Amino acid sequence: MDLKQLYQDIILEHGKSPRNFGKCEKYTHEAKGHNPLCGDKVQIFLNLNKEKKVENLTFEGSGCAISMASTSIMTELVKGKSLEAAKKIVLDFLDMIKNTQEIKSEELDEDQKTKIMSLSGVKQYPMRVKCATLGWHTLSSAMLEKKEEVNTEAFD
Amino acid sequence: MHIDEVKSQFPIFSKKINGKQLVYLDSSNSAQKPTSVIKSLDNFYKNEFSNIGRSIHSLSVNATNKFEETRMSVKKFINASSKDEIIFTKNATEAINLVATTFGQKHIEKGDEILITELEHHSNYIPWHYLRKNKGAVIKFAPINDDGDILIDKFKELITSKTKIIALTHLSNVTGTIVPIKEIIEIAKKKNIPVLVDGCQSAPHLKIDVKDLDCDFYAISCHKIYGPTGVGVLYAKKEWLESLPPYIGGGGMISEVKKDKVTYAPLPEKYEAGTMPTAEVVAFNESIKFMQSIGIENIIKHENELTSYALEKMKKINSVNIVGNPKNKAGVISFTIKGIHPHDISTIVDEEGVAIRAGHHCCQILHERLNLPASARASIGIYNTKEDIDILCKAIENCRKVFDIK
Ligand SMILES: Cc1ncc(COP(=O)(O)O)c(C=O)c1O
Repeated sequence: MDLKQLYQDIILEHGKSPRNFGKCEKYTHEAKGHNPLCGDKVQIFLNLNKEKKVENLTFEGSGCAISMASTSIMTELVKGKSLEAAKKIVLDFLDMIKNTQEIKSEELDEDQKTKIMSLSGVKQYPMRVKCATLGWHTLSSAMLEKKEEVNTEAFD
Repeated sequence: MHIDEVKSQFPIFSKKINGKQLVYLDSSNSAQKPTSVIKSLDNFYKNEFSNIGRSIHSLSVNATNKFEETRMSVKKFINASSKDEIIFTKNATEAINLVATTFGQKHIEKGDEILITELEHHSNYIPWHYLRKNKGAVIKFAPINDDGDILIDKFKELITSKTKIIALTHLSNVTGTIVPIKEIIEIAKKKNIPVLVDGCQSAPHLKIDVKDLDCDFYAISCHKIYGPTGVGVLYAKKEWLESLPPYIGGGGMISEVKKDKVTYAPLPEKYEAGTMPTAEVVAFNESIKFMQSIGIENIIKHENELTSYALEKMKKINSVNIVGNPKNKAGVISFTIKGIHPHDISTIVDEEGVAIRAGHHCCQILHERLNLPASARASIGIYNTKEDIDILCKAIENCRKVFDIK
């Protein structure tokens, strides 16, 4: 295990100054997520335009550096994408973290792939995987217009 | 007492964690086990195993005797009046559920009040919440101050003619507050209100004398007293155990069973239905012997010294904040570091072999009261040394380095 792999500079930086933080003025979808084991909380605000493009994506919440950075990076990567592309990116990320798959998606450019891979250090810390995936599961829930709060203990 | 000698009785400390010497500061969660306890489990399964109380062959008689020996040891350990007041459960949580359920069945009506405190572990809240939900009881939370001390005057004010039971912890598993339960029990007794004490954290670290306390119920988890998992103890005054209805039904807790009628076994079997964790109860006797071989006074002295040492040292680290500052504090030290989430703290110190806990420690009400989403917790056991605290502090410094906190 290597702490430097987990806490890469980009993670620490996003953890400290998360992007797209705060409730946006206009949104069409929202969802809440919660990790009852550690108390991490996140709320996602998603604004889809008529062409089903992610016009805005912001979040609020509190949690560890991993969960904050992961959600922050997610908003950067997904903003501007079509709904379909956004769904693919989320699946790709979850597959990468949980099943050690490569990022297959053609939706991301090389820089964006590097960014998403900065979160891959979490794989060595099984107890922290849920921190990294909370925001992504919550976005997924917002996109699917699910009503109930995402609970990290309800999925594996 | 030489701590090195005590520590050498715990085989886990010869193991390396992440290539480092293990610094175990999570005893409030569960304590490590001495060789005598591990050996007893092994020996019982290898040489003495049998179910208890049901057969008359030699193995069963011997196993039953050993099981009952532990009951006698527990009786002495907490100074109960009779062995019939010692009920073995799965853990403290089950012990509290036993009381809440049976007491609730018999004595709680709609609008009746149950008084607990803001310090309580979920185990001493949720069982009462069920009575709120199912019977319309009201739960009142006695407030604490920012130091983590219960406000006794406010506590008194919350007792009304409807208060049916008071349930509170002896020692907080977050702030380390040693609650003045004797004083509180005296207040309750004047009004004839029974008191349940959650003794989960106190049993390994304080002298317990239920006769002196005059509490009605006292709940213990054996795994926190250097004993096996799967065993807890409910102490209850005999008159309660005799008058309350049985809890779990099944084999072992009955006297006579007819198609139209059932009568129950005398104490303590009335509350011990089904096959018990036999080997674990037998092995728990070794935990008590272990505690007694050191002596509770020595345990308290060592842990107090270490707590003072840790607090002094940790307070000197910039941006470290200790959660609560109670008048009397045991070796449970929760803390936060400005700018670093407790989860990140735990992961980083783990790299140095330091085991602490991060989260809300099953005390969401308390964390909300103290405006904390979560905290990190270092908790002390009899095997901890000053060197452990030094390594913890160095690991905390490393957190600040990783996060570049000034
Ligand atoms: C104060 C307190 N009460 C109750 C419990 C519950 O103990 P168990 O999970 O062993 O039943 C704990 C354990 O963390 C505790 O610290």
